[in-house]
Amino acid sequence: MPAVGTDTLANARNRRWLGLRAYDPSLLVWLGAALFLVGLMVFPLGAIFSASLRDQAGLSLRNYVAVFTHDAFLAAIWNTVIISFWVGLLSIILGGLLAWLVTRTDLPWKKAIRALVMASFVTPPFLGAFAWTLLAGPNAGMLNQLYRTLTGSENALFNVFTMHGLIFVMALYSFPYAFSLVANVCDLISSDLEDAAIILGARKLRTAWTITLPLALPALVSGFIIAFLQALSLFGAPAILGLPAGIHTITTQIWTLFHYPPRLDLAAAFSIPLLLATMSLIALQKKILGRRGFSTVGGKGGQRRLVKLGWGRLPVLVLVLGVLALSVFLPYWILLKAAFSRAWAMPLEWSNFTLNNFNFALFQYSDTRAAIFNTFKLGILTATVGTLLATLIAYITNRNLFPGARYLTFFALAPLVIPGIVLAVGLFIVYAQPPIVLYGTIWILFVAYLTKEMPVGFSQAESTFKSIHTELEDASRIIGANRLTSLKDITAPLAKSGLIAAWCFIFIGVIRELSVSILLFAPTSKVVSVVIFDLKEEGQIGAIAVLGILMLAVSFFIVFGVRWMLDRDLVATRE
Amino acid sequence: MKVKSGLVMLALCFVWVSLVRAQDSQLVQAAKKEGKVVWYTSLALPSSTALAHAFKTRYPGVEVEVHRTGSQRVLQRVMQEAGAKIKNADIIHTSDAGHFVLLKEKGMLLKNTPRGVEAFPAGFKDKDGFYYGMRATLSVIAHNPKLIADKDAPKTWKDLLDPKWKGKEVTAHPGYSGIIMTHVLALVNVYGWDYFRDLAKNSLHIVQSANDPAGVVASGERPIGVNGAEYFYYKTLKQGNPIRIIYPKEGVPLVVSPIATAKDAPHPNAAKLFTEFVFTKESQQLLADREGLYTGHPDVTYPADKPKLKDLKILSVDGDELEKRNAEIKKRFVEYFGA
Repeated sequence: MPAVGTDTLANARNRRWLGLRAYDPSLLVWLGAALFLVGLMVFPLGAIFSASLRDQAGLSLRNYVAVFTHDAFLAAIWNTVIISFWVGLLSIILGGLLAWLVTRTDLPWKKAIRALVMASFVTPPFLGAFAWTLLAGPNAGMLNQLYRTLTGSENALFNVFTMHGLIFVMALYSFPYAFSLVANVCDLISSDLEDAAIILGARKLRTAWTITLPLALPALVSGFIIAFLQALSLFGAPAILGLPAGIHTITTQIWTLFHYPPRLDLAAAFSIPLLLATMSLIALQKKILGRRGFSTVGGKGGQRRLVKLGWGRLPVLVLVLGVLALSVFLPYWILLKAAFSRAWAMPLEWSNFTLNNFNFALFQYSDTRAAIFNTFKLGILTATVGTLLATLIAYITNRNLFPGARYLTFFALAPLVIPGIVLAVGLFIVYAQPPIVLYGTIWILFVAYLTKEMPVGFSQAESTFKSIHTELEDASRIIGANRLTSLKDITAPLAKSGLIAAWCFIFIGVIRELSVSILLFAPTSKVVSVVIFDLKEEGQIGAIAVLGILMLAVSFFIVFGVRWMLDRDLVATRE
Repeated sequence: MKVKSGLVMLALCFVWVSLVRAQDSQLVQAAKKEGKVVWYTSLALPSSTALAHAFKTRYPGVEVEVHRTGSQRVLQRVMQEAGAKIKNADIIHTSDAGHFVLLKEKGMLLKNTPRGVEAFPAGFKDKDGFYYGMRATLSVIAHNPKLIADKDAPKTWKDLLDPKWKGKEVTAHPGYSGIIMTHVLALVNVYGWDYFRDLAKNSLHIVQSANDPAGVVASGERPIGVNGAEYFYYKTLKQGNPIRIIYPKEGVPLVVSPIATAKDAPHPNAAKLFTEFVFTKESQQLLADREGLYTGHPDVTYPADKPKLKDLKILSVDGDELEKRNAEIKKRFVEYFGA
């Protein structure tokens, strides 16, 4: 360590101005983190591009021709576009309305409603889709049985194994994205304009339509895009609801290209349009949101008054709870029922009660214990390394530690535009054959999760650093600490709550991950989501329900734990 | 003289038996040293777990790692691991006889002939000694008697094509299940591809595993299964679910599921011990009694309410043909059924 103890502030500034950090031994750490991040992105994407452009003869476009002329592939693309469009639209209608009701009206039970939206957000879509097969299968589905009993009709009320069903279920688990975007904006819009409209004689609904809606429009558009992208990249829900009806999407089609004999070249070529679509949509979203990027934080201005719903309060509340029943209450109830029943379609009577599903799923089936262990190991590892890396990167970009540092933001956020399954195709091509074989171990999943969760960790860490002034850091640097030490001793403790949140976001993201894992797992490196999908393919309904409940329980434990911890933590640091 | 030679014979017998015993205990010791056997299997999860449990009880100290998925997925994993030069699987077991033709041809199997298999019928044995049929089942039609009266229910493969069953039928998938792969080829050999093209017009519910139709029929989600593993229908029936199994008169596809040791098995002794165990009369009888499977073992008896194989018209499929037509079958099926 060089003797910098006697350096003056001017000296320190001077060095920063030169853009040189040669005296600081922590420079290696910064550059290492940056290179690591760039490598994470460049290897898999490069592999996809080169694999998609090659066949036995060498360079060729034959894979692309095959993908874009084959009827089955075209059908998959078309289905995906249709599904994603409607999911996007439904999500902003549901999410937008709920967000408006929760932020701008005097609807009762707002906290509970927010918590339930959070619960839909935490529920893995593949689990929701599985629950809905039990709820709305056209013949045995609980809701359809109920409908037939009540009406005496012979038909089904709703068949979930259709495009409609798929869109409906995917929207139930995508609308929270739109909700949070719109709610954030509605929280910031002041009531002045609305008041003006009301003074000029507009009714409440008209005010909402002509004033609030246009103000929230950018948030709605970006909510649409986020939900669209979510639908585009989901694998579990379309596999569980679409395949039984013969409906393929891009993701399920890529998955079948991995079946023996594998066609990685076609899978790679088929990934490119998915990649381009997400890239252009994110670009569009950025354009619409202006320079605000993915954050929707702004200043609070003016006063906000709540719209009085009057006599409509109660009916609206019932309606809202009805929507949330579809995404939370009903699916959770049927999972619980299936977990404790011998036959899920039979009434829940004593003779149908069993604990055998728990015994089988948790103790007899050797795969589950290994998978639970792997899942936690990967969750903790990825969350810890991910938070650390995101912290370093966010620190570099925020404090502009070396020339070109801000371009790292691009790499840290790049995985947002890479659908999980595409990332998996790339990683499989790179790491499933010598020289570097990670396939067969949990490390390929670790790399995949780390890449996929980087934007989440990075944006959390970045917004945290933005809010912390550099004065304390400068002080520590002046008295001789290097960059790394001052980050460790000064800034990180101040940023603690933000970093804990980042850790938890990553952890929850990892334990529910399916679309990457499904291509990258090996029998020795199974995770819970993959075991659930495996069990689904064999129709082991009771065991799936048990594991699903376990997964939800862990997620909620984390969510509530964080809330509890951060509430105290936040207060402490602000003081 | 006679007594003497008789004594010699007895002594020889004794020596032979104790030699075999010694060999056995050596094998057990070696297996224990390896500690576990890794089993890639397509046998239904409850059944493979039960068999693994029986093995562990018999040979404490040797764990069985059961990795259960559909036959085609098992092959996919074996091949992906081979491509990555990963040696993980000891024992490979699927219901697609074609897989073993392929694996043998690629030199990925180890010769492992368990005791007692000489007495098995020809369809259960590889002539080169690489794999043997551990179990067999049929692919059958089934319906839910609560929802469809027995007299109205489809009895033959062609009955399933009747448009009145539109939206009421479920099929499993040859891209997942070896049983269904065999089923499709057996029926294509009898009726041609037209049969499946016409069947697809009935808007079938498509599941993956040949075991899944049993649950779908029992719950009433689709009251008719147009195929599916007979042993799993039988097990589901025995658990008190409403299921009626039909063994069509025109012929029932018989699916013999081979088991083999991987050439690069990391636990070769445990693998050998497990294979020996699987082919003992006790294990084969367990498969028949508890799991409702058929076996190649000549001394095994079957539950009284199951038909005898010799009373049925059996449709057999050749492993070589399965191997050759694997891709074609998957492609055609997807073409007709959409996924």
